[in-house]
Amino acid sequence: MRFRAKIVDLACLNHFSRVINTIARLAKTCTLRLTVGKLYFILSDKVANGGVSMWCELCQGNFFDEFQMEGVAAEHNEIYLELVPENLSRALKTAQNAKAVKIKLTNKHCPCLRVAVELPSLSSSSRIVTHDIPVGVIPRRLWNDFREPSVPDFDVSIYLPVLKTMKSVVERMKNLSNVIVIEANLSGEMNLKIETDLVSVTTHFKDLGNPPWASEDGCQSSTQGRDLESMAEARIDIRKLQQLLAGQQVNPTKALCNIVSKRIVHFILLHEDVSLQYFIPALA
Amino acid sequence: LSRIGDELYLEPTESGLSLRAVNSSRSAFASFLFAPLFFQLYEPGGPAPDTQRFRCKVHMKSFLGIFRSLPSLEKSVGKCLILLKPRASRLVLQLHCKYGVTKTHNLAFQECERLQAVFDTRSCSSRLCAPARVLAEAVVHFPLTLAEVTLGTGPGGKISLRNFVEDEAEPSKTMVTELWLAEDEFQSVAVSPGSHITFCLKEFRGLLTFAEASNLPLTIHFDEPGRPVVFTLDDTVLEVHLVLATLSDLQSDSQPTPTNGVSHLPAPPDDFTDDLESYMVALETSTYEGASGGPPSPTFPLHTPQTVQSDPEDGEEDEDGAVPGTPPHKKFRSLFFGSVLAPGGPGPAPTQEVLAEDSDGE
Repeated sequence: MRFRAKIVDLACLNHFSRVINTIARLAKTCTLRLTVGKLYFILSDKVANGGVSMWCELCQGNFFDEFQMEGVAAEHNEIYLELVPENLSRALKTAQNAKAVKIKLTNKHCPCLRVAVELPSLSSSSRIVTHDIPVGVIPRRLWNDFREPSVPDFDVSIYLPVLKTMKSVVERMKNLSNVIVIEANLSGEMNLKIETDLVSVTTHFKDLGNPPWASEDGCQSSTQGRDLESMAEARIDIRKLQQLLAGQQVNPTKALCNIVSKRIVHFILLHEDVSLQYFIPALA
Repeated sequence: LSRIGDELYLEPTESGLSLRAVNSSRSAFASFLFAPLFFQLYEPGGPAPDTQRFRCKVHMKSFLGIFRSLPSLEKSVGKCLILLKPRASRLVLQLHCKYGVTKTHNLAFQECERLQAVFDTRSCSSRLCAPARVLAEAVVHFPLTLAEVTLGTGPGGKISLRNFVEDEAEPSKTMVTELWLAEDEFQSVAVSPGSHITFCLKEFRGLLTFAEASNLPLTIHFDEPGRPVVFTLDDTVLEVHLVLATLSDLQSDSQPTPTNGVSHLPAPPDDFTDDLESYMVALETSTYEGASGGPPSPTFPLHTPQTVQSDPEDGEEDEDGAVPGTPPHKKFRSLFFGSVLAPGGPGPAPTQEVLAEDSDGE
C-alpha cells in the first residue's frame, strides 16, 4: 500500500486547499478514499454526525502533478483512510507560496499522511516544513460502509439560489430558530421558512429553474405527473444548512437540491473538477 | 511585556529605565532596558536626599490603557513625561498633545523588591542569531494555540522547530509539524550538535512581534534542557532580554521516545521509510474497533510513559482556558530568582537550588 502525490502549481495548490477547507468545515473526521484516478472525502450517515452524510469527489489529475497510488491489493486497488480534515487544512494553510507540496502515506510510529512543503527562502537551500497528520487505515472489510450514496427518489429537484444570498438569509434566520423548512416546487419556486412563537419569517425565491433528470431506465421519474405548483418540504436543522453554505469558498458551477418530502434534502454542488453531495435528513 | 505578566515593574537605574515583567508561574521573565539616550531627559534619582533607587510595579492594564491607540498617539502626542512620585504613591504619565492639551494619568503603584531572573548568557553552550523575520516566518506554521515548541539542531547544521507533544497526548492523534532552517538563514550559529530545548511559544511570539517591528536581529542563547533559554535583542539605546524556562529532559534510561525525545528526527530525507506492508498485514488480522480513533498498531511499540519530575512548584492553574502561557507544569522548572538581601544591593544574590519567590517588599 503506497501513496505519494505532489503539487507544484500554485493555482492547483490553492484550489486544493480551498476544497480541503470546505471539507474541514463540514466534518470533524471523515474518510479519504484514494483510487487511481480520484480522491473522495466521505462522511457516512452515522448518528454521531446527526444523520448528515457527505460525498465529495475530485479528479486527481486536476490537482496533482504527480500521483502514485497502490492499493491494499491488486484487485482492490484503493486506500481508505480516516482523518481529521482540519489537520490537512492547517498544513496547507501556510503553504500558499510553496515551491512544491508533497503528500505521502507513511508509517513511522503510526500511519500518517506526511505533508512536506518546500518553501522559498533567501538561503541556498529551501525551507522544508513537514506535517505528520495521523490517519487511521480502514481495513477492506469495512469499505462497504463508505459506498457512494444513491440519489434518493426525490419529489422535487430545483436549482439553488445564489449561494451568497442564501447564506446570508440562513445566517440571519439561524439567530431566530434552530429549525428551518425548505420547500420547493417544480415551477422553480423555493421558500425558506422559520417559525417560532414570536415570529415567522419566509424568504421566497422565484425562477430558479428545475434541473432535468433523465431517468436511468427510461421509466417515468418520480417527479413525473406531479403538480407543478405543489411544494415538497422538509424541516431540517438550520445549523447543518448554514455549515454547508458557509463552507463554500468558491461559487459552484451548478448548485441544486433534491427534496424528498419530510425525509431528506440532498444538496449537489458541482465545480469544474470537484463535486460535493451533502445529505441533511429531515427532523421528526 | 503584557503577554508575560499582569504587572509592570519599573526600575530606574543609572544605565537607564528598566521595564520588567514575570509570569505567575515564574517561568518567563522579560526586561526592556531603555538607555538614558533613548529619552530627551532622564533623571533616575529623586530630588530627595536619599539616593535610594526606587522600584515599583503597576497594573499592566492600567499602564497599557494610556497608550491604547498607537496611530492616534503618534498623530497627537508631542511629548510624554513619566514621573515617579514616591511620597504621593503615584506614577504620573503626562501626555503633552497638540493644541495645548495635556493628559495626565496618575497610576497607583506598589513598591517592590528587585525583580531579576538569574541567568548568564555567557554560560550558554549554544547561540543562534537570526533576523526576526526569519524566525517569524518559521513560527507562522505553528497554530496560535500551540503551547510549546522544541528548537533543535540537526545534521548538516540545520536548525529545526517542532511542536512539542505532551507525554499524555496520544501520539496517534496528534499532528506533528516540523520546520527546518538552513544554517545560512542565520546570522550566526554556534551550537552544540544534537542539542535541543523546549519552551513556551506564546511568550516567544510576543518578543518576536516586537523584534520584527523594530527590525532587530534576535539572538537565542541556550544550554541543556531544563536550563533557561535567553532571547536577546540589542540596539544602541535598548537592551531586551526574555528568559524562558525550558522543559528538562526526563530521559533516564528508557529508550528515546518517538515523538519528542532526544533522538531527533533527521533532516528531511527525500524518501521516507515506509513499513506499510507489514502494518497492513498486522491490521487485517487484528480487530478494528470502528471509526473512532485509529486501529491499534501491534507492530510498533506504544509511547513509553515518562516519570514526571514533580517540582515543589505551585504555579497557578491556567483558568481562563485561553491560549496557554508557559503552562504551570510540574516539569517546567521555575527560573532562578535571586533573593534580594537589601534594596539597592549589588546585584542578584548567588544562585540557590531553592526557587525563591519574588517578595513584594512587605
